[in-house]
Amino acid sequence: MTYQLPDDRGHFGPYGGLFVAETLMHPLKELNEAYEKYREDAEFQAEFMDDLRLYVGRPSPLYPAKRLTKKWGGARIYLKREDLNHTGAHKVNNTIGQALLAKRMGKTRIIAETGAGQHGVATATVAARLGVECVVYMGSEDIKRQAINVYRMKLLGAKVVPVESGSKTLKDALNEALRDWVTNVENTFYIIGTVAGPHPYPAMVRDFQSVIGREVRYQLSEFEPRDPDALVACVGGGSNAMGLFYPYIDDEHVALYGVEAAGEGIATGHHAAPLSAGRPGVLHGNRTYLMETDDGQIIETHSISAGLDYPGVGPEHAWLKDNGRARYVAIKDDEALAAFHELTRIEGILPALESSHAMAYGQKLAKELGSDKVIVINLSGRGDKDVHTIAAREGIEI
Amino acid sequence: MSRLDKQLTSLKEQGRTALIPFITAGDPDPAITVSLMHAMVSAGADVIELGVPFSDPMAEGPVIQRASERAVERGVSLRDCMDMVQEFRQRDYDTPVVLMGYLNPIEVMGYQDFARIAAKSGVDGVLTVDMPPEEATDLRAALNAHKLDPIFLVAPTSTKARIQAVTAMASGFIYYVSLRGVTGAKHMDMTEVSDRIGEIRKYTQLPLAVGFGINNPETAARVAALADAVVVGSALVKRIEEVANRNQNDGQKEAIIESVTTFVLSLREAIDKVGVAA
Repeated sequence: MTYQLPDDRGHFGPYGGLFVAETLMHPLKELNEAYEKYREDAEFQAEFMDDLRLYVGRPSPLYPAKRLTKKWGGARIYLKREDLNHTGAHKVNNTIGQALLAKRMGKTRIIAETGAGQHGVATATVAARLGVECVVYMGSEDIKRQAINVYRMKLLGAKVVPVESGSKTLKDALNEALRDWVTNVENTFYIIGTVAGPHPYPAMVRDFQSVIGREVRYQLSEFEPRDPDALVACVGGGSNAMGLFYPYIDDEHVALYGVEAAGEGIATGHHAAPLSAGRPGVLHGNRTYLMETDDGQIIETHSISAGLDYPGVGPEHAWLKDNGRARYVAIKDDEALAAFHELTRIEGILPALESSHAMAYGQKLAKELGSDKVIVINLSGRGDKDVHTIAAREGIEI
Repeated sequence: MSRLDKQLTSLKEQGRTALIPFITAGDPDPAITVSLMHAMVSAGADVIELGVPFSDPMAEGPVIQRASERAVERGVSLRDCMDMVQEFRQRDYDTPVVLMGYLNPIEVMGYQDFARIAAKSGVDGVLTVDMPPEEATDLRAALNAHKLDPIFLVAPTSTKARIQAVTAMASGFIYYVSLRGVTGAKHMDMTEVSDRIGEIRKYTQLPLAVGFGINNPETAARVAALADAVVVGSALVKRIEEVANRNQNDGQKEAIIESVTTFVLSLREAIDKVGVAA
């Protein structure tokens, strides 16, 4: 590959880096050393790939969505079915990888933050399989809107700790997980769920998730004698998008589209689209685009989808935006909801509300590009967890 | 010689350990902060650490988190904090003030503008919790250009190489974090603190302040026997919160100042019973 980022201190251009309190600097260095060692280690990689195959059920299918293609009347649409993974989303690719690392580093306790609960469930799952203690931090607002995932985590043996500080959502859960880690660094491994956080997390999570794009590369050749024209994925922190984009990053003829949550509309201020409407700053260990006030306070975000409801974004996305390699767009709650229904009725697939943002933009792009083009959309998770949210919004009592 | 150097050197010559109380600027009310700073000096504070409120204070325990939230709700900005220092300086030219906070408000303001305004306002040192030396080159240069001391943390987890990197960048004093955890935690290991202070002194002549988890005069005195300065934050901020909650209306300001004065006096007394560190 000609693209070689981050640098050895975790920088993607001016973004990324290591912005944490001194207490965490040495543990992060240890983590980085372990990761550097095992990413080249054949045995580690073989175990990772075996787990993905035998436990997660990979490769996930690349599905030619023919009815959707016909209905949309434009580019040929392929869906990368991360929703069919064990636990129902792409999140598990990363938790499997980090759990293997935790085991090799001799850590006996795993912590995580979660927004929608998908990463929490994926972490609780790997912790159950390793037989280690697991604590998941979750904003009390998110606990209310994601009751099913909370119960799933508890069934898996994890302790779910409600976070009452700040906006009581994902960013606050991340703060609380960092506070736990700083207190229990000796025995604890912190599994961050997205391509954010201090170095090496953005690069490490990207690498574990890039199995998505690597599979697309060979799977598409079964149907198309060419590369895709565009890849589309939703971006909260941005791990499913980086996982899809990264293996194509040197292929400049493949357009990359990251889809943020426009919430009630960018102009209303009620959104979660830092790349579309934010500016650079430092939060949660890295420099990236943030939603913040003129005084540098982080502001509350809004999205119908808990998994996109985050005021920051992975630093590599910030870099890909600035250098123009990827384009970032935003989709409103209503548009995502319409796409949810569209996919459900046309193809019989219930997408997660997060992934519905990617679907909604895919529809616009399909028309724009026209029928001789090929688009791959990352269907990052399944929508079962969201049916209560959708029913409530539409005034239906279940 | 900077105000911090002058103050800490003079205390050392007198055989005294410095007392550094911490409060969050604007908690519970911006109108009280400058009076509180003066009251703390009257009660025996040698340096004031002024917390800059931030929406996501990742290294703080619940007490300072809540203080920060209260101040953010009141709209207290980094600029407001520096204005408070400027007001403080009208009556107190000698007591050093260190701003302690997180990087993002400084990033948004810009390093150069921040350093210029801070120096003009009478700030002496800047401790940016989430800015380790590796990332600090530009900010440090801006601070140094305006004769401000960049204060850095050393932690129980810092290796020798890290201690060397930190001490090479710092001026003013070194802040040793006395436990693995957030501010206000309760599991300080005095033997470890003692060992670590000895270790850090091998690499630097800078004064050593110790903080995180010092919550009463007895602990302050024990730490004072080892360190050049003792930082007390959460225990003080907790008192402010309790008194504010009990006195929601008239007399809140007076009650808070009285409580803070009493506590700082008790810390001063306990510390002064112990001689200066070797």
